[in-house]
Amino acid sequence: MTVPVQVRSARPKSTNPADFDAVTGRELDWKFSPVAKLQDLISGELDGSHFDYHAPETAGVSLSWIPSTDPRVGVAGLPEDKASANAWATASEVLLVSLTSENVTEITITRDALGTTARAAHILIEAAPFSKSTVILQNSGDARLVENVEILVGAEAQLNVITVQEWNDDALHLASHFSRVGRNATLQHSIVSLTGEVIRVNPSAHLAEDGSSVTMLGVYFADAHQHIEQQVYVNHDAPHSKSRVTYKGALQGEGARTVWIGDVLIGNKATGTDSYEQNRNLMLTDGTRADSIPNLEIETGDIAGAGHASATGRFDDEQLFYLQARGISEEEARRLVVRGFLNEVVQQLGVPALSERIEAYLSAELEAGVK
Amino acid sequence: MSTLKITDLHVSVETDQGTKQILRGVNLEINSGETHAIMGPNGSGKSTLAYTIAGHPKYTVDSGSITLDGEDVLEMSVDERAKAGLFLAMQYPVEIPGVTVTNFLRTAKTAIDGEAPSLRNWIKEVRESMANLKMDASFSERNVNEGFSGGEKKRHEILQLELLKPKFAVLDETDSGLDVDALKIVSEGVNRAKENTGMGVLLITHYTRILRYIKPEFVHVFVNGKVAEEGGPELADRLESEGYDRYTEIA
Repeated sequence: MTVPVQVRSARPKSTNPADFDAVTGRELDWKFSPVAKLQDLISGELDGSHFDYHAPETAGVSLSWIPSTDPRVGVAGLPEDKASANAWATASEVLLVSLTSENVTEITITRDALGTTARAAHILIEAAPFSKSTVILQNSGDARLVENVEILVGAEAQLNVITVQEWNDDALHLASHFSRVGRNATLQHSIVSLTGEVIRVNPSAHLAEDGSSVTMLGVYFADAHQHIEQQVYVNHDAPHSKSRVTYKGALQGEGARTVWIGDVLIGNKATGTDSYEQNRNLMLTDGTRADSIPNLEIETGDIAGAGHASATGRFDDEQLFYLQARGISEEEARRLVVRGFLNEVVQQLGVPALSERIEAYLSAELEAGVK
Repeated sequence: MSTLKITDLHVSVETDQGTKQILRGVNLEINSGETHAIMGPNGSGKSTLAYTIAGHPKYTVDSGSITLDGEDVLEMSVDERAKAGLFLAMQYPVEIPGVTVTNFLRTAKTAIDGEAPSLRNWIKEVRESMANLKMDASFSERNVNEGFSGGEKKRHEILQLELLKPKFAVLDETDSGLDVDALKIVSEGVNRAKENTGMGVLLITHYTRILRYIKPEFVHVFVNGKVAEEGGPELADRLESEGYDRYTEIA
């Protein structure tokens, strides 16, 4: 008999998919996912060739393909599930995004032609010490994608990584993001999931050195029969590390489904840790389901603070009444409430043009939903 | 000159224990420039009347009518009522996270007027009204009612009253939870709005305290879902000394 692994840090890691049992949908990390739709991606054959992308020439940023045997690969983390291992083992090479500028640099890497073949991808974002950069992974079009994204944040660096999912409606996307944050470095990691049939992006942050900090943000809007999932893991592994996790989502339409799991581990070395995680969901219609599960493991008594919050609520009729009683129409009132709810995250993304585009998308969604 | 007329109004509410009748034949007529105080013990239906006028979906009108200058208010949606000139200052204003006071006020003003206010005048007007109500300028960047103290919530209600300039204002226990300084500031705001616009006021209160600052011409005592007695300001004085016992015993 195997005893299920309860502690997050004790989960097995491997780059070999054969080391993971076949996924049944009963596993702790798969039980909320629509596994039947995903088996091809979890254990089937994947196309591991270079994927199509485009990105503008940007000073301080270089993109190149490196072999998966490069010593930097696997430093941020290793696969903890079969799908991630499948992609790791299949991707022939890793797209290295190397960031070196100490002046603020922003680059958008667009993937809009991945096609309908099941494929693997592997990206390594490396922010040099003292660099300041923003990397946007802008995803659209067709996709049946399993990928690993590694993020290395050098000492004193400030890195902002945003992955935006605006896939076609039948797209499937499984991603594992692994990040390692260096001494006094800051990572802001954001997931914006709007369209696609199944989007499961699981980000983790290893606060590996003194004074490292991470802000993990998520904003998602699930429509009818859409599944959006994120399993977030923050590993406080050094003194004076700080984490803030804020995920907010709205659900609208029959069968709209979201999952948020937030694991925070404060290890025995992580004295003086300051940690807070929260997830809030707003159900706009009947027939939606949001799972929200925060977990906190603390192995040291000497911390500055650790807390979590989780709430899933329906549209508040009293808020609507209040706004309508001031002459504001029901449609406008709903827009105000939902945008207000999600804005806390949208406005923190650090890329105003992106925030504006997301707000416009949300307005259009709400308008469609009201009709 | 406008008239808000309530005729033989019967209102019920659905509860876990079934349908509960609250208003049992209310008659009331308010004209522009008049201040009417509605007084009564807890559970007499005062707040129900306020929310029914504003159109809260929880309350069902079983019979009777509410008209504003002859127009059927009960046929109007909540926002249409506000646009027609009705304003309810709420007893328990709700928080709207992520929506700033500035954004909210401008959206409401635009909705009521049917066009966006001219920016420069609007900013000036908001600033002046806030100063009159002794509200700090930083207030406008806070989210609507989020983390507001009881007094701040009431001031924010009266700020809206001053800016939206309704024909009739229904004040639902605006005095509750206010210390005497805040009560004065809020009452002055109501009096100022009335002076500037000539609106009619329906002042709903449990206590006579606010009547020291807002002077009603008419007082209606609510008991058990209808008006038990009506009179001038002297009726309020009598309530101050005698309380509601006289009525509850009759009922």
